Amino acid sequence: MPTHKTLAATGNQVVAEAMRQCAPDVMAAYPITPQTTIVEEFAAFVAKGRVHTEYVTVESEHSAMSACIGASAAGARVMTATSSQGLALMWEELHIAAGMRLPIVMANANRALSAPINIHCDHSDIMGARDTGWVTYFAENAQEAYDNTLMAVRVAEHPEVMLPVMTTLDGFITTHSIDRASVMDDESVKAFVGEYQPRNPLLDMEHAVMHGSFAGLGGPYFEFKKQQRIAMENARTVIKDVGAEYSILSGRPFDVVEGWGMEDADVAIVVMGSTAGNVRHVARGLREQGAKVGTVKIRVWRPFPYAELARALKGVKAVAVLDRAESFGAEGGPLFCEVRSALYDAVDRMPVVDYIYGLGGSDVKLELIERVYGDLADIAAGSAAPATLTYLGAREEA
Amino acid sequence: MKWDISQIGSWTYKDFPPGAVIPEAGNSVAYVTGGWRSERPWRDDEKCTQCLLCWIVCPDSSIKVADEKVTTFDLDHCKGCGICSQVCPVDAIQMVPEGCDLPEVK
Ligand code: SF4
Ligand code: SF4
Repeated sequence: MPTHKTLAATGNQVVAEAMRQCAPDVMAAYPITPQTTIVEEFAAFVAKGRVHTEYVTVESEHSAMSACIGASAAGARVMTATSSQGLALMWEELHIAAGMRLPIVMANANRALSAPINIHCDHSDIMGARDTGWVTYFAENAQEAYDNTLMAVRVAEHPEVMLPVMTTLDGFITTHSIDRASVMDDESVKAFVGEYQPRNPLLDMEHAVMHGSFAGLGGPYFEFKKQQRIAMENARTVIKDVGAEYSILSGRPFDVVEGWGMEDADVAIVVMGSTAGNVRHVARGLREQGAKVGTVKIRVWRPFPYAELARALKGVKAVAVLDRAESFGAEGGPLFCEVRSALYDAVDRMPVVDYIYGLGGSDVKLELIERVYGDLADIAAGSAAPATLTYLGAREEA
Repeated sequence: MKWDISQIGSWTYKDFPPGAVIPEAGNSVAYVTGGWRSERPWRDDEKCTQCLLCWIVCPDSSIKVADEKVTTFDLDHCKGCGICSQVCPVDAIQMVPEGCDLPEVK
């Protein structure tokens, strides 16, 4: 069994540590706030000889992901990290990495997108990458960021999956706050992630192959997309299996959907990322006052755990979704649309309301979360009609 | 690896190599692309000085050479771009419209 060490470190430091332990062959990266300290720390590991990774410094994120794609096709284990505008600049390569079935692992420090310029946390960047075909994890804290990174390597490189994986952590809140995280010894991580067996490495001269071919009109483009859909469906089982195996090593439970107080909850809040802790904190206080409240945290965003979510919310009278991203013109934020869709087949469909919150790092005060639970209690009691979309905490007209 | 694609027309998603990888290197030779051409090059052996400039510039490697001498064009892959004709220092290559000798075109 592994030995564990508790660190007092930022989320970015523990992600860099996890990446060092996974020992990628190649990292190609470009710095961007608030991801910078991941790639900076990793560069220091390379400089000190603590990891033998080919570290490629590039002039943009477009090039970073392009270099990662080339290296991965060549047969290397590849990792990188980005954020916000950087992730946006990678957008076309994100599709290419997934379509070429390259198991690249990337950390994303979740940050708002311009304009106006803002460097603080929200999920706009990652939601822009929603349909690129990457498996996507969300971390609540530094510990989950560490755990997700190690599991991501196994999921990405699994022969039934072979897809890139993004592990996300909230900008500044998780990336830069000093947190408590337990890390495993290097040997145990090495044994857990194992050796990467590339499927069709370009550098295998005995079995020369071609990557990046054309599948145009009349070609099998459609069939390749179906393969990607199946790989993403396969990831559901693989994520759970890898999570179960990792739980035994780490001693920490893992599930794609994590409920708190959901055994008998009347109302529930669905949330992703760092705010899950705040919501649980408020829920705990309300429970002490006798209110039957619960929270559901989504830890894996793609593939979306719709069945697990519907099961977790069974019997609840009203649900609120906290969305840290906009989808202008849609009925609600991206998470809201998923949650409502997941509940469509439920026998007893309950009202589901959406709160857009924390955009550009705007403060998520505990009173705001209390207000959401208050609204839910009113809706559940039938004393208030479900609100349409609410901008939680935005300054109101006097 | 030799890749048998004789049944590719009836393949489903289960048969294509994931990631659109082509497991047989160099098999694009078998893919005839010369049909995209509207003009074909024609070389006058009398004029040609065998300088090999056309062989250097052809973007489709369609100038065939043996014993350091231009022999013919690979019309399975020549796109008829006319670069060889443009660069030839002695105007030995002319571009001839495709199909001009077909009765219905005449
Ligand atoms: S026409 Fe173009 S493609 Fe054809 S032989 Fe000349 S240079 Fe090559
Ligand atoms: S460029 Fe002209 S002269 Fe030179 S080898 Fe080609 S055809 Fe002959």
